[in-house]
Amino acid sequence: MSVRQWKGNDMATQDVLPAGRSEKVSLLYDPRARSIFFQVLIVALLVLGGWWIVENTLENLRRSNIQTGFAFLKGRAGFDILTSLIPYSSDSTFGRAIVVGILNTALVAVTGIIAATIIGFLVGVGRLSNNWLIRKIATVYVELFRNIPPLLVILFWYQGVLSLLPNVRDSYSLPLSSFLNNRGFYLPRPVWGEGSWLILVGLVLGIIFSWFVARWARARQVETGQQFPVIWTSVALILGMPFLGFVLGGFPLTFDLPQKGTFNLTGGANIKPEFLSLFLALSFYTAAFIAEIVRAGIMGVPRGQTEAYSALGIRPSQGLRLVVIPQAMRIIIPPLTSQYLNLTKNSSLAVAIGYPDLYAIGGTILNQTGQAIEVVVIFMAVYLSLSILTSLFMNWFNAKMALKER
Amino acid sequence: MQEHDVAWVRTEMALAQAAPSSAVGPNAWVRKNLFASPIDTVLTLIAALAVVWFLPQILNWLFFSAVWSGADRTACLTTEQGGQLPAGWSGACWPFVEARFGQFMFGRYPLEERWRVILTGVIFIALLIPLLTPSAPFKKLNAILFFVVFPFVAFFLLVGGYFGLSYIETPLWGGLMVTLVISYVGIVVSLPLGILLALGRRSKMPIIKMLCVVFIEAIRGVPLVTVLFMASFMLPLFVPPGMTFDKLLRALIGVALFSSAYMAEVVRGGLQAIPKGQYEGADSLGLGYWQKMGFIVMPQALKLVIPGIVNTFIGLFKDTTLVLIISMFDLLGVVKQSISGDPTWATPQTAKTGYVFAAAIFWIFCFSMSRYSMFMERRLDTSHRK
Repeated sequence: MSVRQWKGNDMATQDVLPAGRSEKVSLLYDPRARSIFFQVLIVALLVLGGWWIVENTLENLRRSNIQTGFAFLKGRAGFDILTSLIPYSSDSTFGRAIVVGILNTALVAVTGIIAATIIGFLVGVGRLSNNWLIRKIATVYVELFRNIPPLLVILFWYQGVLSLLPNVRDSYSLPLSSFLNNRGFYLPRPVWGEGSWLILVGLVLGIIFSWFVARWARARQVETGQQFPVIWTSVALILGMPFLGFVLGGFPLTFDLPQKGTFNLTGGANIKPEFLSLFLALSFYTAAFIAEIVRAGIMGVPRGQTEAYSALGIRPSQGLRLVVIPQAMRIIIPPLTSQYLNLTKNSSLAVAIGYPDLYAIGGTILNQTGQAIEVVVIFMAVYLSLSILTSLFMNWFNAKMALKER
Repeated sequence: MQEHDVAWVRTEMALAQAAPSSAVGPNAWVRKNLFASPIDTVLTLIAALAVVWFLPQILNWLFFSAVWSGADRTACLTTEQGGQLPAGWSGACWPFVEARFGQFMFGRYPLEERWRVILTGVIFIALLIPLLTPSAPFKKLNAILFFVVFPFVAFFLLVGGYFGLSYIETPLWGGLMVTLVISYVGIVVSLPLGILLALGRRSKMPIIKMLCVVFIEAIRGVPLVTVLFMASFMLPLFVPPGMTFDKLLRALIGVALFSSAYMAEVVRGGLQAIPKGQYEGADSLGLGYWQKMGFIVMPQALKLVIPGIVNTFIGLFKDTTLVLIISMFDLLGVVKQSISGDPTWATPQTAKTGYVFAAAIFWIFCFSMSRYSMFMERRLDTSHRK
């Protein structure tokens, strides 16, 4: 078969020809023309659909007399919020209410992430333990918590456990003069006196010093091979310097203890049951997933690595720290990031029990003002930027831990 | 021959001795697995104490102290609260679940029409089991029946209004039935939509690629609650005035869009794992885009990500509970409603009992799905592991 014949017989060769160069190619079979046609078609459909939606929306809004725009944020909120990190009253603006919501979401997210990471790492290591009992308990924990919807767990804690606690008069007294009742957990609140800024200064100095020590120790190890106990020095510095500040400032710390009266508990810090149930449920739920990630990460380090450090005469404790964990972290960090994001997003379940997170407050505002679109835009903006912030941080951390090939 | 100056030389082999009792048997197992080192011993003791402390309490609450029969709340109240049980009693109140069982399963679906739901469920199971069994024949026909024909059958059976079946409006639906309907629709819609989105994300057409990326990332960046919220508050704004949307339909749209974004990322993972040679091989055979994807790439890619797909389904199943936030009554919604809005059964133990029951149902579904995913993973794993 000659080349000419073969070319003429097979249509597929036409696709290989660069578009536009051959006159013989029909426009219908030109991939470039097709691609442009489809994209223009899609854009046209989207524009039409979008226009239809916008038209309808404007019409609907006009019918129900709703103003568009963010001007409503300056209006008086008129509703109370259960817990707030910043001063807030019902006379504050809608804008401030939303800030309160964002802060509450961030509070649950940050505390939840810390707790979930600690529990998750413990359980994940527990699942690989040589101890049969520990291994089984860890397995039961993981299988139990990751197969139950988090919302159900939140409701269970809230309605099933915390709201059944005794009322204020019969509060459980716990050590360190804290109390537990159906209004939450009452703790002594630290009151910082004059001169407590020295503690903060001490903390900052401690962190800066330990950074320098770490740098110096690394340089010395590279040069001479001698190791320096960086971790213990840093712990001593970071704890010791604030303590020094504490002493120098003349012990400027007192505690505001919760006082039990006949009808009420006064003073102290109060952790609301809403926060407590959300925090417990989310951190236990996410911890089950983190445990699996940690287990997979540690198992993902080849056994040869363990054998190699044993052959080099490195002790297991050191080998774990210097060989296994750094490699496991590379596997762990990317999925860990998405778990952190999941926890942050799941904090919106707070609305089911009335913890005033961003979503709950947004919902209240929507009910009062009817500004559905603006509220949704705020939701999207805040959650997306939280997601982006978390993933930026985790990407930075990941890049730091990633394999550096020279 | 050299003369030995030793007194005695053994000429036959020594018989093998049994392993020392410290190396075999239950003793050795206990030593190795529970008391290998001092730290291990301490951990074992703490864990054992925790188990001994909690397990009897849990079992006691669930079974031994639980109330198993009764007509109303008085059966589950202590003497101080106005019942007969001894003071300080704590246990599950199972008659509550028994009394509300119909609601937990069907919501407010009319009693005399419930056979329709049960029939749908039976068809569902009859189609699902052979589909999940790898050795069962007629996979293609089965899949078509399950994913294409069954939705129509289920729609006519559940909604009714045709063939002499009375029309049952969706606000009457509830309970486990709604949970399953939402998850099934979410799964059936999200799989093809997710595949399309994944293909779009890897497409060479810049505009389509950009649209898919924006859609996927925007949905994945916000909580499902927000998506449901949008679906329930903004969809009605988007359509011409006077046109209304069924509430269940709105939730279905929200759940389906949400899970298809996640599905797209799972499928994309599979697409990326297919070597470039497969794409080029398909090109060199002269296959068009859809032929290439349908015959060469997708079968391999989907097979790779079956565990991921099942995991997305599990997530979707758990996420259906969130519809209670837009005040719909799935299983959790009905349980919550009967706990807080029902004076007949208002006892301190009702909430715990109801949630434990709902948790058990969710757990059974999710756990069996995850076990199935593990089974498939092992079956499809053709690599040689040590």
